[in-house]
Amino acid sequence: MYPTQIADSPPASRLTYRIALYASMLLWMAPLIAIFLTAGRPQADLLAGNYWGWPSKIAFVDNFREVFATSPMMGFFVNSVIVTVTTVAGVLVLSTLAAVALAKYQFPGRTLLFAMFIAGNFLPYQILMIPVRDLAVTLGMYNSVWALVLFHTAFQTGFATLFLRNFIASLPEELFEAARLEGASEFQILRKIVVPLIRPALAGLAVLVFTFVWNDYFWALALVQSDAAKPLTLGLAGLKGEWLTAWNLISAGALFAALPPLLLFFFMQKHFVAGLTAGAVRG
Amino acid sequence: MKQLWSRHQSWLTPALLLFLPVLLFGTVIAVSAVQSIWISFFDWDGTGPKTWVGLGNYIELFSDPQFMVSLKNNVIWLALFLLAPVIGLALAIFLNQKLAEMRIVKAVFFIPLVLAHVIIGVVFAWFYDPTFGLLAMVFKALGLAPVAVLSNEHWVTFGIIVAALWAQVAFCLVLFLAGLSQVDHELVAAGRLDGASGWRLFRYIVLPQLRSVTFVASIITVIMSLRNFDMISVMTQGGPYGRSTVLAYQMYDATIFSYRAGYGAAIATVLFVIMSFYIGWFLRHTLREEKKGR
Repeated sequence: MYPTQIADSPPASRLTYRIALYASMLLWMAPLIAIFLTAGRPQADLLAGNYWGWPSKIAFVDNFREVFATSPMMGFFVNSVIVTVTTVAGVLVLSTLAAVALAKYQFPGRTLLFAMFIAGNFLPYQILMIPVRDLAVTLGMYNSVWALVLFHTAFQTGFATLFLRNFIASLPEELFEAARLEGASEFQILRKIVVPLIRPALAGLAVLVFTFVWNDYFWALALVQSDAAKPLTLGLAGLKGEWLTAWNLISAGALFAALPPLLLFFFMQKHFVAGLTAGAVRG
Repeated sequence: MKQLWSRHQSWLTPALLLFLPVLLFGTVIAVSAVQSIWISFFDWDGTGPKTWVGLGNYIELFSDPQFMVSLKNNVIWLALFLLAPVIGLALAIFLNQKLAEMRIVKAVFFIPLVLAHVIIGVVFAWFYDPTFGLLAMVFKALGLAPVAVLSNEHWVTFGIIVAALWAQVAFCLVLFLAGLSQVDHELVAAGRLDGASGWRLFRYIVLPQLRSVTFVASIITVIMSLRNFDMISVMTQGGPYGRSTVLAYQMYDATIFSYRAGYGAAIATVLFVIMSFYIGWFLRHTLREEKKGR
């Protein structure tokens, strides 16, 4: 193992390691701890300059109630859910189809297509912004959640296809040949053999795409203007300007917006990490 | 009909499978990129008629002081972002232990990765708050006058980069932890038997095995450094006095606030050209691994 394992070391060095470990954890998480504490502090404390001391009252419930009562936060949340869930579903279907084609069939232009998906994945958003805005206007989707669904589905399909292709390519060829010999059609193979076998990959992919889309800010800024269509990230940025120094409310709002991807991550950590490292660590 | 299908199934299948995904990706992503480059040769307010100006927008760029600020900031972003793989690797080595609590500890270190950049921006904006922010408290405790990082033209870009690095280090950490888990134990043990330890063991036995991960982590970090927009938008909107803009932000600003879509497209094209160098490098690596792999 590299580095030398602390678990096999004498208790004294194990203790030293643990102290260093927890100290660095605390430092790493300081920004989040701060925001968590502030979300539970009454505004009066902040006005009195009590930012870091013991709160005069634990005000989590009050702060969250005020956030929802004085801002369209709940509406932003619903918009985020619609955009994210629709996109994830669309991406999973489209990328499975494309990935099977790229992994298991020979056709001219295959490498070119593969390269297009990789390169597209890393493009700066700004090179797409003006035409995508125009496209949304032409399709009558501008300033609606559907403009976001359209863009995110297209963009994430590139990434998702690359991701799934690697998994599908590693499925043994004999499986496909045996099924064909038994008279299964190509689409039956896809539905009955490929999809069940790549289910773990699909789970990891769903978590990743969910996080990417949920956290998007640029495209919301470029394609949406009214509160009725804003997702949480854009809504939160706007509220920061409105609430100015009401850091207790801003913190509560930020915490609320961060919660869905955080929960998803904690429940599916293994899938998330496996997804993120797939491809990067091979070879 | 059925005969026709069975005869052509072998090439019709991939064509049918690819039809929708390629149509969508092609029209929304690939065509848009080409269109932007085309638009950069026009003077256009974004809605009215376009006027052909040839290279006019590009010529203007090179005498635009704001463009020089953005370009300089992009270089600073790129250079400092390269700290992310270094810190990420150090942290990965620190955390690559098998104690009972490690799963949770690692999860905590991964958290910045799943937070929206907007949220990180909000958190750090407050961290830098000159009256009550955590940083100001530290400065006061040390007997120094607090610096208003985000409204100081010399510090602002560095302040935003630190916030962005937090997430990028977490990304590199995930990759390097996965890389370390694949390091050949026997090779390390053999090295130790031969008396290698510390820096030499790391430099000559471990690091060569992490070559591919290091490349991927570094190149993606560089690409990310050039793509950053969200934090600048949330923390400073390019201010104070446009001192914290980068190309990505200046493009948005020119297009949306100054109604100069043609000029904005030219900025986007410059950014695209710079990035395509790194994207191409990554592409070559991936395609080469691909050929080796199967």
